[in-house]
Amino acid sequence: MDDAGFIIGSYAITFAAIAIFAWTTIRRGRKLAQQVPPEEQYWT
Amino acid sequence: MRVWRVALLVAGKDLRIERRSRVVTNQIVPFAAVTMVMFAFALDADVVLQRVAPGLVWLATLFSMLVLVQRAYAIETDDGGLDALRVAGVDPAALFLGKALALAVQLAVLEVILLGTAVVLYGAEIRLEGGVLLVTTLITATCGLAVVGTLYGGLAAGFRGRETLLPLLVLPVVAPVLIGATRAVESALGTAGAVVSEGWPWVGLLTVFAVAFGVGGTLAFGPLIDE
Amino acid sequence: MTETQTPPGATTGPDRSRRPGTGTTATRVLGILALVAVAWLVAFGLGFSPADRDQEESVRILYVHVPTIWVAYVAFVVTAICSGLYMFTKNHALGFDRAAGASAEIGVLFVALTLVVGALWGRLTWGVFWQWDARLTTTALLFVTYIGYLAVRRLGGSHHQRARRSAVIGMLAVLLIPLVHWSVRLWRSLHQEATVLRTDGQVKMDGLMLFSLFVGVVAFALIYVWLMLHRTRVMALEDALDDHGLEAALAARRAEGEN
Repeated sequence: MDDAGFIIGSYAITFAAIAIFAWTTIRRGRKLAQQVPPEEQYWT
Repeated sequence: MRVWRVALLVAGKDLRIERRSRVVTNQIVPFAAVTMVMFAFALDADVVLQRVAPGLVWLATLFSMLVLVQRAYAIETDDGGLDALRVAGVDPAALFLGKALALAVQLAVLEVILLGTAVVLYGAEIRLEGGVLLVTTLITATCGLAVVGTLYGGLAAGFRGRETLLPLLVLPVVAPVLIGATRAVESALGTAGAVVSEGWPWVGLLTVFAVAFGVGGTLAFGPLIDE
Repeated sequence: MTETQTPPGATTGPDRSRRPGTGTTATRVLGILALVAVAWLVAFGLGFSPADRDQEESVRILYVHVPTIWVAYVAFVVTAICSGLYMFTKNHALGFDRAAGASAEIGVLFVALTLVVGALWGRLTWGVFWQWDARLTTTALLFVTYIGYLAVRRLGGSHHQRARRSAVIGMLAVLLIPLVHWSVRLWRSLHQEATVLRTDGQVKMDGLMLFSLFVGVVAFALIYVWLMLHRTRVMALEDALDDHGLEAALAARRAEGEN
C-alpha cells in the first residue's frame, strides 16, 4: 500500500529527529561536564 | 508630554541627518524603483501586474524599510551616538518614539512614491471613493512598520551579522502588515472588483498591530539598549 | 571515546570516578518512562487504533502531528513565562533565561516536525504537500519567528545582555502569534476544524483513537521534559565554561610551560 510508507515515514522522521537532538545534547553535556568544576553543576 | 517633546527633537535630528546625507533620495528611492521594475520583469504580464500592484508596492516598501532601519542605527552606533544619548539622560521611550517617527516619515514618503510608480508602471488606478481608506491604510501600516523596524533595529544594532539578522527577525513579524495593508489597498483601488467596505476590517488589524507593538516597543526599548 | 586522556582544564579529584554528564537518577527514570510511552504510542498509533471512516489509514499520522504541535505551543508559552520571570524578578536569575532558550529550541524542533509530518499527511489527504491556509501559514510564521529568537540568543555579548534581548523577543513573539493568526485567518481558511480542542467542549472522536492521541500527548510531553532538563543543564555548562574558559585555558598553558 502506498500510504504505509508515508505513515511509517512520518513516525520514523519524528523519532529520528528527536533522537538526534537528544544524542547531541547528551554528548555535549558529557564533554562539557569534564571541563567545568563540579560545584557549578547544580544538579549533582 | 516631555517625552513627546524629546521624541520630536530626536525625530528632527534623524530627519535632518537624512536630508543632509541625501542617502534616501540618492540610493533608497532608486533602489525601491528598481525593485518595482524588476517585479515587472519577473511577472511579465500587464494583467497580472495590475492585479498584484498593491502587494508589490508593500513588498518594495518592506525591502526598502530593511535598508532604512540599518541606516537609522548605523548613524547612531558608528560614533557611539546611542550611548551618548543615553548618557545625556534621554528617556529611552522618547528615543524609541523619536526614531520611529523619523522612520515613519521616511516610509510614508517612500510609499507615496511607490504608489505613484505603480500607477505609472503597472496601470493601477486610484479612485476617489477609496481615498479615505487609502490614506488611513497608509498611515496605520506605516506606524506599524516603523515601530517594528525601530524596535528590532535597536536590538540588532552594534552587533556583527546584523545585516543578515534583521530581515530574519523583521519579515515574519511584519507579515500581518503585509497581508492587511495589501488587502486594504486592493479595496481602496478596487483591484479585481474589490469594494471599499471590505478594506476597513484590515485597517482595524493594522491599528491593533501598530498599537500593540508601539506600546510593547516603548516599554521594551529601555532594557534593550541599556547595556 | 577514550577515557584515558585527560582533556585540558579537566577537574581531577575523587569525583572523577562518576560518569560525568547532565544525567541524574530523575532524568534516567524520566527517560525510561518516555521510551515506554513512545513504545505505547507506536503500538497504539500504528497497531491497535482503528482506521478512520474518511481518512482511512492515514489518520494514524494524527497521533504524531497533533501532540507535537501542542507540546510546541506549551514550549513557547514556557519560553514567554521564563522570559517574563527573568525580566520582572529582582535578581534576574540566568536560570530562567536558559530555561527559556532550551524550551524555544525544543519548540522549534517540534514545530519543524509538525510541519514535515503535516506535509506528508497533506500529501495523503489533500494530494499536495502544502496549502496556503490559515493554520499552516501561521505555523510556518511561528517557526520562522522562533528561528529568529534562537538567532538573537547567539548574537554575543554578556550572558545578561543575551538574556535581556532574548527575553524581549520571547515576550513579543507571544504577542505576535495571535495577530498573525488573526490576519492569516481573515486571509483564508481551509484546514479542517480542530476536532478535540473545540470551544463547546464536545469531543467528537472514536474512543480508542482519542486514547491513542492521549498516549501521544503523554509521550511527547515526557520527551519535552526530559530534553528540557538536559538542554538547560548543557546551557548552564556552556555559560560556566564561558566564564571559566579563559582561566582554564591560561592554567593549561602555564602547566604546559612548566613541563
